[in-house]
Formats: sequence, structure tokens, C-alpha cells
Amino acid sequence: MTETAHQGRATPLLSAKSLACRRGDRLLFSDLDVTLLPGELLQVMGPNGCGKTSLLRILCGLRAPDTGAVLWRGQDIGEQREDFQQELALVGHRPGIKDDLTPAENLRVSGALGGASTGMGIEDALRRVGLLAHTFDPCGQLSSGQRRRTALARLLLTPASLWVLDEPLTGLDRQGQALVESLIYEQAERGGACVFTTHQTLPGGAGRLRVLELSR
Amino acid sequence: MSSVPRAFAAMVRRDLLLTLRNRGDAYNPVFFFVLVCVLFPLGTDPRSDVLQSVGPAIIWVAALLACLLSLERIFRSDFDDGSLEQIVLSPHPTSVLVAGKVLAHWLGSGLLVLALSPALVVVVGLKASVIPVLMMSLLLGTPVLSLVGAIGVALTVGLRRGGVLLSLLVLPLYTPTLIFGANAVSEAAVGHSVAGQLYFLAAMLVLAVTLAPLAAAAALRVTLE
Repeated sequence: MTETAHQGRATPLLSAKSLACRRGDRLLFSDLDVTLLPGELLQVMGPNGCGKTSLLRILCGLRAPDTGAVLWRGQDIGEQREDFQQELALVGHRPGIKDDLTPAENLRVSGALGGASTGMGIEDALRRVGLLAHTFDPCGQLSSGQRRRTALARLLLTPASLWVLDEPLTGLDRQGQALVESLIYEQAERGGACVFTTHQTLPGGAGRLRVLELSR
Repeated sequence: MSSVPRAFAAMVRRDLLLTLRNRGDAYNPVFFFVLVCVLFPLGTDPRSDVLQSVGPAIIWVAALLACLLSLERIFRSDFDDGSLEQIVLSPHPTSVLVAGKVLAHWLGSGLLVLALSPALVVVVGLKASVIPVLMMSLLLGTPVLSLVGAIGVALTVGLRRGGVLLSLLVLPLYTPTLIFGANAVSEAAVGHSVAGQLYFLAAMLVLAVTLAPLAAAAALRVTLE
């Protein structure tokens, strides 16, 4: 067991080789390599429309790259979808929160869909993201920042070792942004990896944080 | 309970809860079904026996259109708010989760149509003796409509105006169900055996239950690309 853990440290969690993505007849990026070791954070930056979201969707397997391949622990994600998705958590640009359900109900559904669990209770997760007072309000009545917090609370419930976060800081107040940062750093400390897009610079990521600049 | 059935149950429960919280939307197609069945006789000559020959068709066409009206509900809101990505990225088989959503859709539309149909038999001028056959045909047929419709919605939900395309795509696939369903009821009205039609509907149901969730799951992956 310890030996495989050591090997796991050496081999990257996620690696992508010579990715290219085309939208219509425009080439968004090509020959892009991404490697994520356990405990590493990758911030994807670039101007609007440069393909950040497309890259994230490719890394999740939601979209097939036009060339290249995405490997999870050294194996193509298409060949081990179930294993890969067991370890993947996505908080997308549209966060997947049902307006007619309360935060607790939303999290309960995500918990059932996600398979494994960290053992953290829904109430604790909501307390951590500062939504305990709104446990019984439908999400439609919450502000957009609070809805995003609900989506982020999902990350506390899953032991996923790869987080993919698309603009996790939008709509969040300063405390919320600090929360996201600490969540991301905790994920790195656990030996997980995180890919995220944001235009802001994250303080305190030194050593672990790498920045990938996409250009137009 | 192992985690796949748990995810299936969570999906059904979630969609039923959403239907209950949006009752207006949910009852609209069922209301449409009742209205068509009630208004049609008013527009025909009550003395002639036209109604008796078209009665089964009225009920079945109304049920089919009511289902078509509610189809988009299966995936539309999930597509719009990003839940569909979460469903596709769940480690559980997408087809199982899709089956859960279709079951919830049927419970919120087909089952209500089925429950109201006995009352409408008399309204459209049919004998009460056809009620068992009508209910049986709807019980076997309406789930087929939901299942086959789910494939169509999965394919068109990403389009901005997929409504017309959805009807064009799905209606041809609905015709066998309509033909055998309505035929079973009209044959029953004249006292013939309807075992053949019901067996055929049952066979279509088995086929749809096995294949439609797989097809819809594959279609969703294409839609999300």
C-alpha cells in the first residue's frame, strides 16, 4: 500500500498531451500540455473567449479534444470513465443548483450522485460555507453568491482528488473568496489537485500554484 | 443499499420533488388532456355515433399530445442550470440516472393521465366496459411515450428552439404506440379480443425500457459536447 502511494506521488494525477480545441473554424489552442501532480494547483488565465472553459470541459471529459488525449493516473479517461468520475468534482460556470430545492436538498442529491463521501454531514458543510441560516430556504431565494457557496459546499462532501472549478470566485464577497482559497489549499494539502479559472491572483499559493496562460 | 440504486432513487425523488414544487407547470399537460377529451364531444353531433368510433382515438391522441407537451421538462431545467453536467459526470451509469428521471416524468404525467382516463371514457361516449382495456393500454403505452421522448429531448435540449424539431423527431416514433393503443380500445368496444394489441404494447415497453435510457444517455453526452 505504501509503495503504491509512493509511486502515486511520482506519477501525475492528470496529464494531457498536445491538446487542441477548435470552435467553429477558430483554433482556440493547440499543442497544449497539462500535468498535475498530487498536491498541485493549476490556475488557468487568459482573456475572455480564449478557451478556458473549453479546456476545463476537455479535462473533465465532457468534451473530446480535437487532438491529443487526457490521461488520469496514466490511463485515458475515456477507458476508465467510472473510476475517473469517482475522483472528479466539477463546479461549473453554471453550478448545477436547483432553484426549487433548499441548499440541504441540493447537497443531498449531489451526495447520492457522487458515490463516495468524506463523512462530513450536510449541516457541517453548510456551516463551513456560511449557509446554515438558509438551510430551509429554496435556492431560488438566495443571492447568486449564496448559490455559488451551495455549489462549493459539494466539494466538502466528496473525497474527489481532482477538483475542476470554473470561475469559483465570481459573485462571491471577500469572505467567500477567502473561503474558496482556503478550500483549494486544503485540497492541495490532502494531496489532491485542483484546476481552476479566475482572473484574480491568489495569494499564498507559492510553490504549489502554477499558472497557465492561454492567449488568443 | 448499494450506491447505484441509491442514486436512482435520489434522482426519482429529486424530480418528483421538483414537480411538486412546480405544480402549475406539471398539471398543465394533464389539464390539456382533460380539456381535449371534454371539448371534442361538444363539437360533434351528439345524435350520430361518430363519437363511439373516434372516442378511443380522442383519448389516445390527447394522452400522446399531453406527453409531448411535458417532454421538455425531463432535461430542460437541468440543462439550463448545469445539473445535467453533474449527472453525466456522476460515477454512476448515466443511463440509470436517466431512467430515474424518465420514471419521475411518467409518474408526473402518464400516471395522472392514466388515473383520469376512466372518468373521460363516458365523456367521449364509450361504454364503461372498455375502461379496463383503456387503462391497460395506457399503462403499457404512456411509459413508452416518456422513454422514447427522453431520447428526443436529450438530442434537442441543447438547441435554442428545439421544440418543433422535437415533435418532428418523436412523433413518427410515437405512431406505433398510438395505433396499437387506440386500436385495442376500439376493438374492445365492439367486443373483440385485444390480447394481440396489448402484447404488442408490452413488447414495445420492454424494448423501450431496455434501450431508451442507453440511447438517451448517449444523446446527452453528444448534447453536452
